[in-house]
Amino acid sequence: MSKMQNSKTQGRKTQNAIALPILLALTCGLVLASQPYQKVFAQQPVPTPSDDQVNQIAHQLYCPVCEDTHLDVCPTEACRQWRDLIRQQLSQGWTEQQIKQYFVQQYGVRVLDEPPQTGLNWLIYILPPVIILAGAFILFRALRMWTKPGSASAASGSKDETVKDEYVARFEEELKKRK
Amino acid sequence: MVADIGYGVIFIAFLVALYSVGAAIYGDRTKSAGWVESARRAMLLLWPLISISAAALIYLLVTNHFEVSFVYEVISRDMPTYLKITAWWGGQAGSLVFWSWLMSAFASLVTLRKWDRDREFLPWVIVVTSLTTAFFLALVVFYENPFAEFWRGPDGKLIADASGNAIKSMFAPMLNASLAIPTDGNGLNPFLRNPGMIIHPPMLYLGFVSFVIPFAFAIAALITGRTDDRWIRITRRWTLWAWLFLSCGLVLGSRWAYDVLGWGGFWGWDPVEIAALMPWLTGTAFLHSVMIQEKRGMLKQWNMLLIILTYALVIFGTFLTRSGILSSVHAFAESAIGPAFFTFIGITFVGSIALLIYRWPDLRGETEMKSMLSREALFLLNNLLFISVLVVCFWGVVFPIISEIFTGQKVTVGPPFYQTATGPLFAGLMLLMGVAPLSAWGHSSLKTLGRAIWKSVIAALVITIFLFFTYTANPIALVAFFLVAMVILVTLQEFWRGTAARMKAQSENAFTAFWRLVGRDRRRYGGYVIHLSMMLMAIGILGINLFQIQTQGTVPVNSSLSLGGYTVKYDSVAQFPGPDGQQVTRAVVSVYQGNNYLGDLYPRIDYYPTEKQNMTIPGDRPTLKDDLYIILVDWQPTSTNGATFKIFVNPLVNWLWIGAIIFLFGIIFAAWPDRDAERVPARSHHIHQPDANQTGAAD
Repeated sequence: MSKMQNSKTQGRKTQNAIALPILLALTCGLVLASQPYQKVFAQQPVPTPSDDQVNQIAHQLYCPVCEDTHLDVCPTEACRQWRDLIRQQLSQGWTEQQIKQYFVQQYGVRVLDEPPQTGLNWLIYILPPVIILAGAFILFRALRMWTKPGSASAASGSKDETVKDEYVARFEEELKKRK
Repeated sequence: MVADIGYGVIFIAFLVALYSVGAAIYGDRTKSAGWVESARRAMLLLWPLISISAAALIYLLVTNHFEVSFVYEVISRDMPTYLKITAWWGGQAGSLVFWSWLMSAFASLVTLRKWDRDREFLPWVIVVTSLTTAFFLALVVFYENPFAEFWRGPDGKLIADASGNAIKSMFAPMLNASLAIPTDGNGLNPFLRNPGMIIHPPMLYLGFVSFVIPFAFAIAALITGRTDDRWIRITRRWTLWAWLFLSCGLVLGSRWAYDVLGWGGFWGWDPVEIAALMPWLTGTAFLHSVMIQEKRGMLKQWNMLLIILTYALVIFGTFLTRSGILSSVHAFAESAIGPAFFTFIGITFVGSIALLIYRWPDLRGETEMKSMLSREALFLLNNLLFISVLVVCFWGVVFPIISEIFTGQKVTVGPPFYQTATGPLFAGLMLLMGVAPLSAWGHSSLKTLGRAIWKSVIAALVITIFLFFTYTANPIALVAFFLVAMVILVTLQEFWRGTAARMKAQSENAFTAFWRLVGRDRRRYGGYVIHLSMMLMAIGILGINLFQIQTQGTVPVNSSLSLGGYTVKYDSVAQFPGPDGQQVTRAVVSVYQGNNYLGDLYPRIDYYPTEKQNMTIPGDRPTLKDDLYIILVDWQPTSTNGATFKIFVNPLVNWLWIGAIIFLFGIIFAAWPDRDAERVPARSHHIHQPDANQTGAAD
């Protein structure tokens, strides 16, 4: 009996040992993925910039006038002129960073497609991973507590064996067939 | 006159809604069935009353009554009649009437069908639904009146306020004032004239209002103390239908964006899109977690919290799009309905949470987890991931407002943030979609799961290696395609395993066995169909997000642009008047692949002179492999440079639309009422065992 219990405990430990890294990997992935999206661009002076080169930069900027519209696709006359301005700046040898900086100075940081990593803006990048990690931790703790061998909950769980519904029985039957 | 009738009736409807709330509360407190019945009848009266008001509004729209401000704002004489009717929900005031109309229809449906089976819930269901309807009616009556009219003074001049804005009111603002009747209206925003956009808002609203029903039952359960899963069983199908409507709204909105907005994509992580996505996320988590309560009697507190969140997000979504807060906090402060919305959300959310805390001890689970790999544990992980996506979305939408309040600086949170933050979460959800169907309720072990899944994993790996050599070396794409393949294979394996078991046990042929298998458990197999469709949609989303290529260039007639193996030759351009009053500039381009002529496409620009607005309608050539999507960016009649085209090749994107159709079919399949609707519940009740009349689940 005690050997069986030991083996069950061992099995649960193995499951926990596997579930923990999965959760951790998932949450670490989240943290990494939620890091501010940063690109470093090196722009060479372009004598006659193509539409594609203009659009590549315009796509990273929002129209200063319209709501939630990227500058590369905004059909207004003002945006057409701004795209021409980018073309002109590229032909004068401005770098991508300089062009973006120019638009920020002229129209504010709202033209960037994500907030710059300064001051209060850090909250946008930090808060979601913190909340998600906290949620994952709470869930993991709860699962561990519930599945702890010998706990009251486990005991109530075993009592519950008597009230298994037909679904549980069917799934178990299916799993037996798979063995 | 008609406007007066419309306003008068909606005012009466508002009073009736308030009466319904009061009578239901009084009836419950005094145990008076008569008062509760009176409240129910009052609630049933709401739909006809709001219908009369809506009919008045439609009449005013169709007959060009431009003295009515709403009519003036959303239609013009040249609009076809069907667009004048759909303009009802094209403007703010009308859409609030539309919201109330749908809400009252759903509330009536609840209390018309089998309403006497759950008498203890009835008063509180009436309170919640009528209160919600009353709130929207109050917005119409006091803030956004679609029947308000323009007036001119005795001098013949339009009566305006100090800022020069025309005064809109139901009654003459001064003696001897008469109605001012403009000759034409502003017309409906051209973006809203697309068929997709005509159906998209009603679908979203249907989804929103139908989620109010499970919330109403949840609140009724909390107030009455009936904390078993009865409320979940009653509202199971409501929830599925709500989910269907909301999903349909999101799909239509995406297709509309792809067809009309002319930027080569379908989802821009725009706050308005996210406002509709957020209740869908909690609704999806709820759909999964209620199964745990039904099967295992667990997570009662969590389910309550999820449905409260869903309701709050439904109102919050409407608030975001209607209050002007997305434009700026100043627009919100100046908006009449913004603060009212904010107060309503605050009161209902705090009230609901207070009720939940009060009932917290009664909502303890009847059993608890036994294994970290059991289906309930995996569903819980699924919930964590959905809520995590919600956290990202909510924070992304709210942060610019917070930034503006505290720093005065408006920031934009665009697609890079959402894509980076939600990508791993969606990957986690895909992994769970592959594993969870193989785990059992109660307990599962690594051994049993491993035995069930290994073949699918190996096959998915083989597919991934094949894709590595033939399609892409992008590591993110390969991981995602592996997950897609695994989920599809696991799901198909589940269908096959069940069918094979029936064929063997019942000696049925494959077709009969399959048909009866899925017919006997439509919720489960409908869910699998939804999983399959999600994977097809994932293929489309991965294709367009990871492999989209584009180019733009200006070419003279008979010259061409090339992209992704396609050659697009500019043949001609023509200008002509369109059927909707617009000026159409349509290019003809011929498409070649190598030397093979594939056909002509017609990208165009529609210019609406009344609204002074352009719409770029792409010409596209859809195949299963990719979508060639061409936009006419610019053409000037006086220019000799030719025309400017932007060409996208969107690989695999059409799997998204195929998946979306299957997805909607899957939900309908799962939600369709059973022939034997009065089934015995699957799990025994431990608390508040219902009496014989009440055991029939309305599922």
